[in-house]
Amino acid sequence: MRGQGRKESLSDSRDLDGSYDQLTGHPPGPTKKALKQRFLQLLPCCGPQALPSVSENSVEDDFELSTVCHRPEGLEQLQEQTKFTRKELQVLYRGFKNECPSGIVSEENFKQIYSQFFPQGDSSTYATFLFNAFDTNHDGSVNFEDFVAGLSVILRGTIDDRLNWAFNLYDLNKDGCITKEEMLDIMKSIYDMMGKYTYPALREEAPREHVESFFQKMDRNKDGVVTIEEFIESCQKDENIMRSMQLFDNVI
Amino acid sequence: MAAGVAAWLPFARAAAIGWMPVANCPMPLAPTDKNKRQDELIVLNVSGRRFETWRTTLERYPDTLLGSTEKEFFFNEDTKEYFFDRDPEVFRCVLNFYRTGKLHYPRYECISAYDDELAFYGILPEIIGDCCYEEYKDRKRENAERLQDDLDSENNQESMPSLSFRQTMWRAFENPHTSTMALVFYYVTGFFIAVSVITNVVETVPCGTVPGSKELPCGERYSVAFFCLDTACVMIFTVEYLLRLFAAPSRYRFIRSVMSIIDVVAIMPYYIGLVMTNNEDVSGAFVTLRVFRVFRIFKFSRHSQGLRILGYTLKSCASELGFLLFSLTMAIIIFATVMFYAEKGSSASKFTSIPASFWYTIVTMTTLGYGDMVPKTIAGKIFGSICSLSGVLVIALPVPVIVSNFSRIYHQNQRADKRRAQKKARLARIRVAKTGSSNAYLHSKRNGLLNEALELMGTPEEAHVGKTTSLIESQHHHLLHCLEKTTVSPSPATPTPPPPLSGFRTHILKLVQLQKSKSVPFRVKSSEEAPEEWAVTEVGPALPCSALRPHPTLHPSHGPFSVTEAKGSACQSPSSNGQISRSCYGPQRRISGGPTLVLGDAL
Repeated sequence: MRGQGRKESLSDSRDLDGSYDQLTGHPPGPTKKALKQRFLQLLPCCGPQALPSVSENSVEDDFELSTVCHRPEGLEQLQEQTKFTRKELQVLYRGFKNECPSGIVSEENFKQIYSQFFPQGDSSTYATFLFNAFDTNHDGSVNFEDFVAGLSVILRGTIDDRLNWAFNLYDLNKDGCITKEEMLDIMKSIYDMMGKYTYPALREEAPREHVESFFQKMDRNKDGVVTIEEFIESCQKDENIMRSMQLFDNVI
Repeated sequence: MAAGVAAWLPFARAAAIGWMPVANCPMPLAPTDKNKRQDELIVLNVSGRRFETWRTTLERYPDTLLGSTEKEFFFNEDTKEYFFDRDPEVFRCVLNFYRTGKLHYPRYECISAYDDELAFYGILPEIIGDCCYEEYKDRKRENAERLQDDLDSENNQESMPSLSFRQTMWRAFENPHTSTMALVFYYVTGFFIAVSVITNVVETVPCGTVPGSKELPCGERYSVAFFCLDTACVMIFTVEYLLRLFAAPSRYRFIRSVMSIIDVVAIMPYYIGLVMTNNEDVSGAFVTLRVFRVFRIFKFSRHSQGLRILGYTLKSCASELGFLLFSLTMAIIIFATVMFYAEKGSSASKFTSIPASFWYTIVTMTTLGYGDMVPKTIAGKIFGSICSLSGVLVIALPVPVIVSNFSRIYHQNQRADKRRAQKKARLARIRVAKTGSSNAYLHSKRNGLLNEALELMGTPEEAHVGKTTSLIESQHHHLLHCLEKTTVSPSPATPTPPPPLSGFRTHILKLVQLQKSKSVPFRVKSSEEAPEEWAVTEVGPALPCSALRPHPTLHPSHGPFSVTEAKGSACQSPSSNGQISRSCYGPQRRISGGPTLVLGDAL
């Protein structure tokens, strides 16, 4: 017959086995609260005023969260704090607000936006690291000020600032030094973004080898960790890295 | 990548800072933005309604009209905005597509208007968002069906002169309204089908007694009469079948079709009966074969649209009918088993076995209740009542689906018929309008003398007074006129519209001489002309119109206007016999400049 809206639930027999309620799609069986409520309603003594607190709290919470709207500080303050011009800030905010009408980006949202640029691979891990780097006050969300502050450093900062920011990105636990494990995580996330179907195919041990060569280059005193001074010093000596840092001058 | 996320590309590029320090090889050069403009607002004026948006919003989709340089064709320099002479309501949806990346289809909009607008703006309808896609597809399908219906009916109605005899015959069979013969044939076959069915029925009615024997059915009493009737009917049916077989475009397909099988089954018993004489062994089988004669009633489905719709409905509801059958079978088996075991105890029970209980269950579930099998135990009665109640439900469930299907198909058919009738009326009105306009052309040709004379005077007021037709119409008439001139043969024996008055002719001559002194609107290089080129010939219809033959050196894309220019003729002889003809210039006169509508203006 036509009109099969819920194709999954009608075409199999999960309902009959008691694991799926066909109409609502949730596991069947009323919750304890609702049962108690219904029972009490059946009794003639209790009027409809019984148990108003049994109402669904979670729905209201969700509703509140979605109506929370974060507004950034004024344009002038942002202009002072960052190195963007007024027009650039306007353009950035328009794009930001389009994707995140509530004014803040959650980690999920961030990952989803970032993954649209890398359809062939899995960019979620790298996006998490980025999110943690942008979220300077570690409150679980990135608002427009954080966003613009990060972009200002990367796109308009000095080379030292940029290297600082990159170090901050690599340092996952923010303790001031990069260990081999942290670097391995970062490397794996970058290789994940490439996806599985590259040619020639990326080998399993490629990230590890890459980490080894990185540490060989960066770790001056061979103590197994890379501190910020070692990092900046080594990067300044490397021609390629210096040149690549200049790529960010013309992004906006 | 969605349009809205394109705004986050700078962020994605900035996030690449994480790759730089770990990269082993140098990075490629970044693409530069050659014409780095500040983002600006552009104004889109659509039939007076102004929409404004950022330039970058539109440039998200560079392969559409608004996103590419194609919109520069619509740029209005005076008002510095882009003007589109299109529907503003649909433009709202189009612009929202650029803004949000999702194309929506408004329900109140006509599907073909919407499709036209999308095609104009270069947007493929396939990217309509999921929310509106189903609605769009439904409406599109309905529209396609409507167009197909129109096309079919058009094909049926157009008279193709070069049809072979076989094809005409097939068309006559399929559609009895094409010719009178077909209609006659249609009614004759219908009549004989009815006769055949009635004889089959009446044959078996007891007809009164012949003294000395028992009561006989009519068939045996008047066997000769009935045999003759049967023979006549079968002959007609056979002839019809053979004719259809001959006329069918694909005989193999025709033989396999349902109606042909019914035809064959309807006439076979007669022939088999002829072949077999009164052989006692097979006469029993022969009698059974006579049952098939009742299939002749199905031949009526060619004559009745309602019957065809019913058959089509049943075919399209096959799944519902199958479900009904299946559920009924399940219920029958369940209840039959239950009743059997419930009634097992009682003595002299009719429920001797489960299959025997099937009959009881069927009769009860369909609420027939013959009463030949009745439960006697209490348990049996309880289960029997449950059985009858559930029967009502099981049968009532799929029936509305079948009914609604039938209703939908029936109404669709009615709508198709109504549309065809409306279309006929509409075409008739269009025909009247067309003949009206061509009458207007002939009328204006006669009056063309008057108009051109007035034009020559050069004063705009009098020219306007003479103008009874609009500019477009007059240009159209000029075009037809030029075509006439192109194709008319140089021989003088052409029929003429009513000749102008002689006084009028002298008036024209005077006007022509007047014209020489003024600047001629239809001559481009007035300085080069010599007065004697205005030689007016009073007779001699041949000369002027040869100029309208296309000049070989001319670019082929120029229209008739430039052709006449190049030949240098301002040949505007008002009538084809060239009574008044300003003769041509020298044939080698070349006019520079593009194909200007000089002649058109002059007309």
